[in-house]
Parts: sequence; C-alpha cells; structure tokens
Amino acid sequence: MNKFDVKELDLHYGDTHALKGINLPIPEKKVTALIGPSGCGKSTLLRTLNRMNDLIENVTIKGDVKLEGKDIYQDRNVAALRMKVGMVFQKANPFPMSIYENVAYGLKAQGIRNKKVLDETVETALRSAALWDEVSDRLNSPAFGLSGGQQQRLCIARTIAIQPDVILMDEPTSALDPIATHKIEELMDELRKKFTIVIVTHSMAQAKRISDKTAFFWMGELVEHGDTEQVFTAPVDERTRGYVNGDFG
Amino acid sequence: MNQTIAAPTQEFEFKNPALIDALNQSAQKVDWVGRIFNLLFLVSALIGVISVATIGYFLVLEGLPAIQFAGLTNFLLGVDWYPPALYGIGAMIVASVVSALGAVVIGVPVALLTAIFLAEVAPKWLANMIRPAVELLAGIPSVVYGFFGLVIIVPAIESTFNVPAGSTLLAGIVVLAVMILPTVITIAETSIRAIPKTYKEGSYALGASPMFTILKVMLPAARSGILAGVVLGVARAVGETMAIIMVMGNSTAMPGSLLDSARSLTANIALEMSYATGIHASSLYSTGIVLLVFVMLLNTSLLVLNRKRVK
Ligand SMILES: Nc1ncnc2c1ncn2[C@@H]1O[C@H](COP(=O)(O)OP(=O)(O)OP(=O)(O)O)[C@@H](O)[C@H]1O
Ligand SMILES: [Mg+2]
Repeated sequence: MNKFDVKELDLHYGDTHALKGINLPIPEKKVTALIGPSGCGKSTLLRTLNRMNDLIENVTIKGDVKLEGKDIYQDRNVAALRMKVGMVFQKANPFPMSIYENVAYGLKAQGIRNKKVLDETVETALRSAALWDEVSDRLNSPAFGLSGGQQQRLCIARTIAIQPDVILMDEPTSALDPIATHKIEELMDELRKKFTIVIVTHSMAQAKRISDKTAFFWMGELVEHGDTEQVFTAPVDERTRGYVNGDFG
Repeated sequence: MNQTIAAPTQEFEFKNPALIDALNQSAQKVDWVGRIFNLLFLVSALIGVISVATIGYFLVLEGLPAIQFAGLTNFLLGVDWYPPALYGIGAMIVASVVSALGAVVIGVPVALLTAIFLAEVAPKWLANMIRPAVELLAGIPSVVYGFFGLVIIVPAIESTFNVPAGSTLLAGIVVLAVMILPTVITIAETSIRAIPKTYKEGSYALGASPMFTILKVMLPAARSGILAGVVLGVARAVGETMAIIMVMGNSTAMPGSLLDSARSLTANIALEMSYATGIHASSLYSTGIVLLVFVMLLNTSLLVLNRKRVK
C-alpha cells in the first residue's frame, strides 16, 4: 500500500529545473530515505509532499503528487494536508514560548481549547518523542532552554501532537552529536510502527540503519530507488554505486 | 557520467618562503590605520554624549531660577500660567501627555496593522506602492501637517461635535496619530521581517493559518522591535510643536475634555520665547527640562519593558 505516489513530477525555481520527471512510490508505515549529493533536490522533493514550496515565490510544479490516491495539489485545503503530513526541519525550530505551548501549538491553531485534551495530548506526544522524562518537571519553561537534541525531539513531539499519518524529516540529525543522533534514531524505530516516515539524510550509515526504502537523487533526477538493502549492496546504476560507496560526494 | 576527482598532476609547493616573510613583516607593523579609526570612532561617539550633556546643562542652568521662583510643586502641579506672576505648567503637562497617549491609542493599532500588511499579507507590488507613500509621510514638514489639521480635522470636529471652535485636544491627537504612523510602521515592519523564517515555516507546517501564525508567533517574536517603534512614536508626539500650535488652540487653561483647547509644553516654549525676559524666559527653559525628563522616562521604560520578557 502506497501512502504517496509521485508521478512525472517537474519542479522549477524560476529557471532552475530542480526536479526532473520524478516517479516515486512511498509505501505506508515504512521509512523512506532520500539520499544524494548536495543540491540534487532532496529537500525540494520533501517539501512538495506537504506543499511547503507554496511559500516560495516563482515555483512551478507539474505532474502528480497523490496522497492516498488524491492529488494534493488539486485540493485547496493546505492546512488539512499539513496536519496529515507533518514536518521536522534540519535545524530544530521551536517557537519562542514554553515547552508545553510548543507542543500544544498545532492543536490551539485549530481552536482546541479544552485543557484536558491539551494536557493529555502534550503528555502523549512528549512521551512518543521520548522527551517526557526529561521535561515533565519544567513544561512551562522556555523551549530555548533545551539542548539541541532535546529541541529536535520537541519539534518531533510538536508534529506528533497534531496526529499526522506521515512525518517528513529533512536531515533531522545533521546538527546533533552522535548520542543525540542515536536517541533520535531509536525514536524513529518506534515511530515507524505508527507513521510513514520520509527522511532526507547525508549519512549513508544512517540511511542503512533506519530506512526500508532508499531513493537516490542526482542533479534533479531520481536515479534509482528500491529496498535499502538492494540500493546499498546491489545498485543498478553506476552513479548510485559510486555514491553509496563513498567514491564522491 | 562517472565522476572521479583528478589527482593533482604536479606536486604543489604549499609553502612560499617569500610570502611567509612578507606576512610576518606585516604582522610586526604598527597598525596606524586601525589606531586612527579607533580614535575617530571614539570622537564621533563623544560628540553625541557631549551634545546631550551640554543641552542638559544649559537647560538646568537657565531654567533653575524660574523653578526656584515658583517652587517645584507649584511649577509642576500649578494650573495657572500668568507670567510674570504665576508659573504653573500642570495644564500643559496634561495636554502633552493626553495628546501623545491619544495619538498612540489611535495611531499604533493602525500602524501595526499596516506593518503586518506590508511585511506578511500584501503582494509585493502593492507593498512596493504603499511603502514609499508611508516613507513620504515621514518626510512631510510638520507645518504641512498643521495645514492638513486646519483644513480637514478642525472643521470636521466643528461639524461632528457641534462645537464653536474645532481647534482642540482632539484635533491635536488626530494630527499626531498620523504623524507617528511612519515611525511606528517602518520600525515594526523591519522587526517583523527580521524574524527568522523558520518560525513561520514551523507554524505553517503544523497546519496553522497565516493569521494564527502572525498573532501567536510573529508578533511576540517582533515584540521588542515593535515596542521600540511605539516609544519613538511617543517621543515624536511629545516633541511635536508646529502642527500642535496650529490645531490645538493653545489655551493655557486646564482642558476639561478632548473638545477643549489646550497648549502643549512644546507649544508653550515656541509661542512665548520671542518676547519672554527674566524669570518668564527662565520658566520656558524649565518647561524644556520637563520635556527632557519625559523623553528620558520613555527611554527607560523601553529598557525595563524589554528586560522583563527576555529570560
Ligand atoms: N528557494 C529556492 N530558490 C531557488 N532555487 C532553489 C531554492 N531552493 C533550492 N533551490 C535549488 O534547487 C536545487 C535543489 O535544492 P535542494 O535544496 O532541494 O537540494 P538538496 O538535495 O536538499 O541539497 P542539500 O543536501 O544541500 O540540502 C538546487 O540547485 C538549489 O540551488
Ligand atoms: Mg536539503
């Protein structure tokens, strides 16, 4: 069962042809890793999945991005899409407010004011993000007081709180040390049971460790995709072989 | 297709002895340019400080006799201004405070909405048309604002409220509200634009609407900049002279309502300076001291407000 089906997707930033005829199925409740050298379009593809590219001027998109069979670019309700398809950014970006308010933010944005619902959701989300034990005694202190790794898990909690089906992650551990990275990877191992995860990563080791499927991009093209095992051990394309073996990039 | 990095064809000499010598020599030299600039920086900074100190010193020197003559309490709280006998500026303090606060109450919400519109809502072409208009507003001389008040606001007040003279506190408030718009708009817009775009992205990615994002994330994040704009706006309103003289009627009596004529501190100085002598002239300098204290209080309040929230 595919969560997303990307068909013949072309994306231009002004004159820059950033994605060229992408065809990619993204299976449900699996971790899909997007890999490839810098500037090859990984983030761009990720951001088409929750329409974050809508915020950028001069973007033209052709082709289909189907979520559960429905084209997300035909549907006008972008907010509903983004609640279903949450996103975690490369650099943790908590809001300048308390830990509690950060996690409750998405619910409050939908007008949910019921204290009991909010309290419960905040706790569940923080537990799911493996952060509850570290912050339960200081929910009302500013989120900026947390360490980088904790902030990133807070951002994951914030995303989980709006009950998404899919979580998009753009290099979520690139700014973290190995221990914080390990924590997030452990967390993803839990999350994969409940969510469809699409992750951009520059770490081959990370892609191997955490993903079921891997897609390799090269200068705006999707060169190859398949089971992670196969892409890493028996790549079909020369460029993939070179990249996963660390010959360049 | 398959890209391999070419090995260097020849060995490079990474160290260049002549260059190393030159670099070492350069590091030994006395940095005259740096020293001269440091001096220039210091002198320039001192010019500002010295100006403030000089202004303060002469205001106090010239103003003290009048305060001694009338007594500080009578001077500040007295409501009778009858030179050369009575020097009470209470009514003028009230007029200055009320007109500035009134201008803030009307002007700041308008300015804030405009700033949000320019920074977040308006399409580029529209923002690019509105922004120069706002900036032009900042450049209009205050005499011209006075004309605007005389021709439009004063008659409008006469007909709306059915009063014989439209030159009132209210007219002053309206004119000042317009005058502070560009200051508050420009500073608020700049600080909203300076917010990291990751906040906005994070909020949108959670399905929050643009309005919710602006109210809950953008405005709080831009808060200190916006406050600075408001304080500068108040300072401009308190300091405004010409336009106020033209539209507020300048009566020295304590205004009983917004529909009464009133005289601001600044107007008092400007109106009487040309013919005042002796204690009377000194009392005008004392009025200036009060203005200076006002501005200092405003600046301090900004510092305190901003410190409170920054944890
Ligand atoms: N906002 C933008 N405006 C114009 N061009 C852009 C924009 N964002 C990305 N691009 C261009 O699109 C191409 C793909 O960029 P993208 O950010 O998707 O690469 P990436 O694979 O995520 O790279 P990295 O690994 O460095 O994050 C690049 O050539 C980039 O310069
Ligand atoms: Mg990227």
